Amino acid sequence: MKGKYDKAFENVIRLRIMSILMANEEFDFNSFKELLDVTDGNLATHLKQLEKNEFIEVKKSFVGRKPLTTYAATEEGKKAFQFHLTFLENLIKENKS
Amino acid sequence: MRKAQDELAEIKSIMERSSRFLSLSGLSGILAGVYALIGSGIAYSLIYYPNPPYGKDLSLTNPEYVISNVMITGLSVLLLSVFTAWLLSRKKSKKTKVSLWAPASRRFMRALFIPVIMGGLLCIGLYAQGQEHLVAAITLIFYGLGLFNASNFTLNEIKYLSYCQLILGLIATFSPEYGLVLWAMGFGVLHIIYGAIMYVKYDG
Repeated sequence: MKGKYDKAFENVIRLRIMSILMANEEFDFNSFKELLDVTDGNLATHLKQLEKNEFIEVKKSFVGRKPLTTYAATEEGKKAFQFHLTFLENLIKENKS
Repeated sequence: MRKAQDELAEIKSIMERSSRFLSLSGLSGILAGVYALIGSGIAYSLIYYPNPPYGKDLSLTNPEYVISNVMITGLSVLLLSVFTAWLLSRKKSKKTKVSLWAPASRRFMRALFIPVIMGGLLCIGLYAQGQEHLVAAITLIFYGLGLFNASNFTLNEIKYLSYCQLILGLIATFSPEYGLVLWAMGFGVLHIIYGAIMYVKYDG
């Protein structure tokens, strides 16, 4: 398996979002904001982009009266991320030999 | 290929930080151990003081006011330890800029405290049934299970602490007359050792 460099993960924020969603079944908007240290607008744009690629899915719910938006990686998203990782790993291996 | 390597390292680091509660301070382990040793000392004097030969005679532990004082001592140790852990973790998490209420820390606390609270309730039940000599064993075992459960959401070393607590708990089940000593070893000595190791390894 060669893996494939995915344009969707070219941006470092999107790469980090996807990494977080690989390690966590779901993650909410505010926690993303805090961990990634980005503005609302910036984060929303990248989440939208990943959603459009169908790499992540959105779940809206309420905690008491506060709306809570959580995100989860889709199967397709996980696969794409895995390919991306394999690509990076192979790149490193090739350059070593 | 520098960039690819950096990228992989970055991915790994953010996966860790997002899924594991890393703000637990080694110092809070040491302090929790010290509280537990002081608490055990108080409990020892409450239970055995007028009848010094420590040992097998559980009938000495019966008077009701003694037991309730011992329970209050144990509860104070617990609350003080949790409060200290909270304070020190808050300080550490401010430094690393990771909220104490991040998903990882919530998962860690849920995993730890559901078994611990169940163990506490079970102890109240045992006390009501007149089986208070098993309290040391039950607190050790349920705390050990809580730690084991929570080890998925924090630094891996906590697993070894959980195994040791479970072993001590099992010994206390078969030899309840040594319950207090085993309790002091588990909650006191082991916490201090674990806290010191973590302090040197990660906080120093």
